[in-house]
Amino acid sequence: MRKTNNIILETAIKVLLFMIVLYSVYIFTAGHYYPGGGFIGGLMTAGAIVLLLIAYDIKTVAKILPINYRILTSIGLLFAIGTSAGAIVFNVPFLTHAFGDIQLPILGELSLHTATLFDLGVYFVVVGVTMTIIQTIGEDE
Amino acid sequence: MSEIINILIGFFILAGAVLCLIATFGVIRLPDVYTRNHAASKAATLGVMSILLGTFIYFYALEGHFNSRLILGIVFLFMTSPVSGHLINRAAYYSGVKLWDKTVRDDLKEYNKKMMGKSSAN
Repeated sequence: MRKTNNIILETAIKVLLFMIVLYSVYIFTAGHYYPGGGFIGGLMTAGAIVLLLIAYDIKTVAKILPINYRILTSIGLLFAIGTSAGAIVFNVPFLTHAFGDIQLPILGELSLHTATLFDLGVYFVVVGVTMTIIQTIGEDE
Repeated sequence: MSEIINILIGFFILAGAVLCLIATFGVIRLPDVYTRNHAASKAATLGVMSILLGTFIYFYALEGHFNSRLILGIVFLFMTSPVSGHLINRAAYYSGVKLWDKTVRDDLKEYNKKMMGKSSAN
């Protein structure tokens, strides 16, 4: 590991990373009513992790975020297939989604939709696939 | 009230566009990488920030829509653009790009020479 003395980039990334992750979560959750959704949100989260990879080396990032991205991809696919196949239990066609206004203790009345869970699956798959590609190309051991 | 707001919006957007144009002229006219980067990373940052501010005022005053993403964009640009300019300059310097012929002073070169001497002495 080469010491680069790149303190300006590392300090800037410490602040910027929170903004990028926050914006990606916003993009993900606003996807039903505004432009956005699982795909762009996942890509933006992957972009934040790539920014970490630019500032630090691959082992440090693996220590900061101990995630196996192949498992993340399979969890995302499981979410997508689970929310799609759950419709069969209620005797409606595959991929039928449900929504309802649900009263929660602290948050109050929320309109929840199972398409968000499908979108969460898309988000996990996009993050997992992007990071798997970049890490596989990046590491040379 | 509305006239003042209109003038403000027009001023910010025009000033931003003119600053971006000046940045482009700087990139074309200046002699070496470092001075070009100086023009691009400073003037273009302020220019795009002014355009975003004008857009924000437009949507807030005339449409009644507080767009926090524009504020976030202004802050983000203000933080990232100088850092990227610094990194490009640094990469150019360490990959051996020559300074302009009429440059009179290169403190980093002397510093690096001194550090080299010290590390070989140890």
